[in-house]
Amino acid sequence: MDGNAPDFAAASRAALADPQLRGNFRRAMDGLMSKRAAQFSDAGEWHGVRALAASVRLRALSKLPELLETLEETCTRNGITVHWAATTDEANAIALDILHKTNAKLVVKGKSMVTEEMHLNAVLEKNGIEVLESDLGEYIVQLDGTMPSHIIMPAIHLNTKQIAHLFKRKIKDAESREDAAYLTDLARRVLRAKFQAADVGMSGVNAAVAETGTLCLIENEGNGRMCTTVPPVHIAFMGLEKVVEKLEDVPPVISLLPRSATGQPITTYVNMISGPRKPGEKDGPREVHLIILDNGRSSIYADPELRDTLRCIRCGACMNHCPVYTKVGGHAYEAPYPGPIGKILVPQIEGLEKRGAMPHACTMCNACVEICPVKIPIVEIMGRLRVEAVKPSGAVKDGGAKASRTEAMVWSGWAAMNASPTAYRVATLAMSKLGNAAPSSLPMLKEWTNVRTKPRFASRTLHDLARAKGVPDV
Amino acid sequence: MSETRNSILTKLRKTRDAHPLTPPASDFAPIEAKQWAEEERLPRIRRLMEAVHTEFLDATEADWPAVLREFLAHEGVGSLIYAPATDTGKRLVEGWDASSTALIPYDRPLEDLKPRLFDTIEAGLTTTRGAIAETGSLILWPTAEEPRTLSLVPHIHIALLRADALYDTFLQAMRDQGWAQAMPTNVLLVSGPSKTADIEQTLAYGVHGPKRLVVLVVHP
Ligand code: SF4
Repeated sequence: MDGNAPDFAAASRAALADPQLRGNFRRAMDGLMSKRAAQFSDAGEWHGVRALAASVRLRALSKLPELLETLEETCTRNGITVHWAATTDEANAIALDILHKTNAKLVVKGKSMVTEEMHLNAVLEKNGIEVLESDLGEYIVQLDGTMPSHIIMPAIHLNTKQIAHLFKRKIKDAESREDAAYLTDLARRVLRAKFQAADVGMSGVNAAVAETGTLCLIENEGNGRMCTTVPPVHIAFMGLEKVVEKLEDVPPVISLLPRSATGQPITTYVNMISGPRKPGEKDGPREVHLIILDNGRSSIYADPELRDTLRCIRCGACMNHCPVYTKVGGHAYEAPYPGPIGKILVPQIEGLEKRGAMPHACTMCNACVEICPVKIPIVEIMGRLRVEAVKPSGAVKDGGAKASRTEAMVWSGWAAMNASPTAYRVATLAMSKLGNAAPSSLPMLKEWTNVRTKPRFASRTLHDLARAKGVPDV
Repeated sequence: MSETRNSILTKLRKTRDAHPLTPPASDFAPIEAKQWAEEERLPRIRRLMEAVHTEFLDATEADWPAVLREFLAHEGVGSLIYAPATDTGKRLVEGWDASSTALIPYDRPLEDLKPRLFDTIEAGLTTTRGAIAETGSLILWPTAEEPRTLSLVPHIHIALLRADALYDTFLQAMRDQGWAQAMPTNVLLVSGPSKTADIEQTLAYGVHGPKRLVVLVVHP
């Protein structure tokens, strides 16, 4: 592992030792799971709409290049300027160029995971542009100088007390009050001034409709509407997989996303944008830009099995249901996308050298697969990535990064042993006689015995016992 | 830049053609099956929206301006911004003089109205293009005459809903109204006042958008 690679094991150990953090996550995830379950109490409805939503996403992927071309055409016809970026650097450069051309000093942002992937805020700040996250959770995380710990609820790792302290420290005239309503109102006052003054508003995209050139954004707070309506320029960012074919494909996605994410029937706002302010209209941005980002997605698309990763509608439900995520929290992953979807997406984007540990942070319990609204076979993809890390097919960046001679030798020895009855007998006999004498500090045993007791070998093998019972031919 | 575009699209096309994908047919029946009897739609919308702090007023075609006037006076709302060029706007101003609430026409670009809109105007009035029974959502269809920020910036958003314009689902509304053929600059579904649960999952209303949403139901 190179010096910069995130160390998931160490970060998880630290998280596990923090009872406050574990309590915050446990409470939040329990609440989200039960609210979601209440929304899907009608099993027939869940299966039907889920199959429909999965088909919508699969159909979009089956025509991805054509739909992206159509989207470009319809958006352009609607007056939206479309930009293409192969890498996050390119996307950042495009955004900066637009900001420089409009002489922007202040940017307000709605929630966008793609811009987290790009580390856009850091780039803008380095270029002297003030950028303010306006989703309350993102705003809290930005004030705190950390990263979101959940894709839907960015500040879920903090409790009210911690947020009250943060606001007291960072916001002028803030009172020290541990009261969510007061804190929310405080943020409202700070951010309203910024919405008014901002030169550019930025947002993500939940779905882009090829048929009509429409960008759909869902949210509860109204900050997304502020960012896309009030400043003179709006820049929207999307991963290239976010396109859907028809406007009618939007309702199934919108039907499942909020119910899966937070257990609400629908978000407060479903915002559909099909262009900048038209002549005669009194508000809305005068320019709308759409930046379509690849950043490894076209490589994911190239593999017929890994391609399913791109169905994701980013509801976050897989996180809420993941026993690993719930215990270690979002920050342990040190990645823009944590939890199950992160464990399959991030290694494919950033490579197995840097992210080889992520697909292993999984018990393969299948909880995420059962609740994923678009039926992504997350666990199968996880298994595939584990294989790619040791036996590369060339489909994944830095495949083979975790290959180890010793491991390969052990497995071929194991295979040989199981293929020959004599070798098997000799080996099991040796283990039953000598296995218990092996010290638990042996290099290969250590990984296991570090956190577990060493298992004891039985003094007689199973075959031996069976023979004693009169089972013939063993 | 168009080089990037072409290389992305070429790669997608090549790899897709090497491993084509046959998606299952999209069966919309599970959504189409969601239907409510006519008399159930409004109570359902009301129940769902009240659960997220939406307020309701009942009126008729004849008396809705008076009902609104009374409500605003009762709540001590000092100013209401409206769309002067719409039929609704024209109805609103008739006989308003006696009211304690000042009417402010949205008759110029946002840029010339920003400080007032953000800092002093208390309420905004819009029409709707109906509501959706499944989720309890209003359909907002802003136009040149009825701008987007009317329903976004003032602390109170008042939405006029005609009780005979109710749909079962989002899908049905978009089909019946032919959205795909004529999307305006912005369409919105609004299902309550602005809210957040970002602080320890505690629900708080009025974070960035309106703190209050009042649906003025106009019964036929
Ligand atoms: S993988 Fe499925 S459950 Fe997880 S965020 Fe994506 S759509 Fe939601």
